Amino acid sequence: MDRALTRMAHEIVERSEDIGKIALVGIQGGGVRLAQRLAAKLQEITGKAVPCGMLDITMHRDDLSLRKKPPVARQTNIQFDVTGKHIIFVDDVLYTGRSTRAAMSEITDFGRPARIQLAVLVDRGHRELPIRADFVGKNIPTSKEQKVRVLAEEVIVE
Amino acid sequence: MNWTRKDLIAIQDLQPEEIVHILDTALTFEEVGQRDVKKVPALRGKTMVNLFIEPSTRTRTSFELAAHRLSADVVNIMATASSITKGETLKDTALNLQALHADIIVIRHSSAGAAKFLADRLDVSVINAGDGAHEHPTQALLDAFTIRQKKGRIAGLNVTILGDILYSRVARSNIHLLTKLGARVTLAGPSTLVPRVFEQLGCRVCYNVEEAIADADVINLLRIQHERQRQTMFPSIGEYATIFGLTKERFARTKPDALIMHPGPINRGVEIDSDLADCKRSVILQQVSHGLAVRMAVLYLCASVQPVEEAA
Repeated sequence: MDRALTRMAHEIVERSEDIGKIALVGIQGGGVRLAQRLAAKLQEITGKAVPCGMLDITMHRDDLSLRKKPPVARQTNIQFDVTGKHIIFVDDVLYTGRSTRAAMSEITDFGRPARIQLAVLVDRGHRELPIRADFVGKNIPTSKEQKVRVLAEEVIVE
Repeated sequence: MNWTRKDLIAIQDLQPEEIVHILDTALTFEEVGQRDVKKVPALRGKTMVNLFIEPSTRTRTSFELAAHRLSADVVNIMATASSITKGETLKDTALNLQALHADIIVIRHSSAGAAKFLADRLDVSVINAGDGAHEHPTQALLDAFTIRQKKGRIAGLNVTILGDILYSRVARSNIHLLTKLGARVTLAGPSTLVPRVFEQLGCRVCYNVEEAIADADVINLLRIQHERQRQTMFPSIGEYATIFGLTKERFARTKPDALIMHPGPINRGVEIDSDLADCKRSVILQQVSHGLAVRMAVLYLCASVQPVEEAA
């Protein structure tokens, strides 16, 4: 997992034309710790602190009215100005793409980012929306019946 | 924590974990209120009806704004401008609202039990915005949210509620909530308005204001509910202010970090000295701001619970 994050950090630096504009946003709950780890790696490589926030997408989910019970809302904390930034969403698992859609619509409530990219530790396939990741730690083909669980410090695939 | 209630009728019904869950959820909405765009799509397409059979400005406005910020549509119905003046019963009014596909009814009524009456008969979410002298659950929740923000906890704190306890739904909701979460509650005021029976709810009753507020971490002041008093409960407003009002002299002898709270509307110079209402330790206006976040949390939670299918 550490190697995957290190490689992703290098890819982010390589493909960025202006490191100073990058800001990471971890998606609650699995993406938050990963975003912090990735931010630390970026700082190691570039020598500059990278802004890092967290976003709770609960209120922007498209399945709220289909659920029997309300999902638990978590904290959003974005302390930097989003406008003009190169935002990179960080999440643990990319699956249907619906969380990413919710995150994209929510982040525009904070401002207008110059660009939004997506970094995920695991891409398990089965997209339901036209969304793809820009930085992927590992591709793990799965069936829809399987579950992927990521622990922020090491990966366990069930 | 799984939230499973479609209605919020009384704090008395809630488990401590449910109260904490509402307060935690309200934290999320507190953050939304600080954004450039103070709105989330959580209740898009839902309709909330403010059914206010008893007048109110702050609670109604707060619920209305909370619904708007959740992207719900809002209809306001006031007693004076509705068919209630033409003799329609509460149940029929509510059934009509349900037939219009309202999803949430927020009700304020002068009779205790009005909210429960509707909740038992309707499929829509019913939120109690004050029923007679029974309960005003969202007020107690926003008071608790404010205490948590300022003091970091509720358990173990000394909270003194001072004023007209007998006729106050705010007092009853607060007593239930605070005792459930482990605070020590002291009630104070004229003996006609603070009967000893309240001790059965787990409170200390005290008729000396200085003594009641000496160890208080929070002093919650209540207005005299003239509209509910059927007889004169104390000689005069002036005498009340002298004996039971929170004056500068009395406040100077409290804990240096004691907070002043008040659910509003405040009567300056009666229950509270005018300067004290505006002082740094008064959190009266912050309570109003927190009310928005708390009501968003309540609306989000209750309106997101689907009606239970008939058990198979």
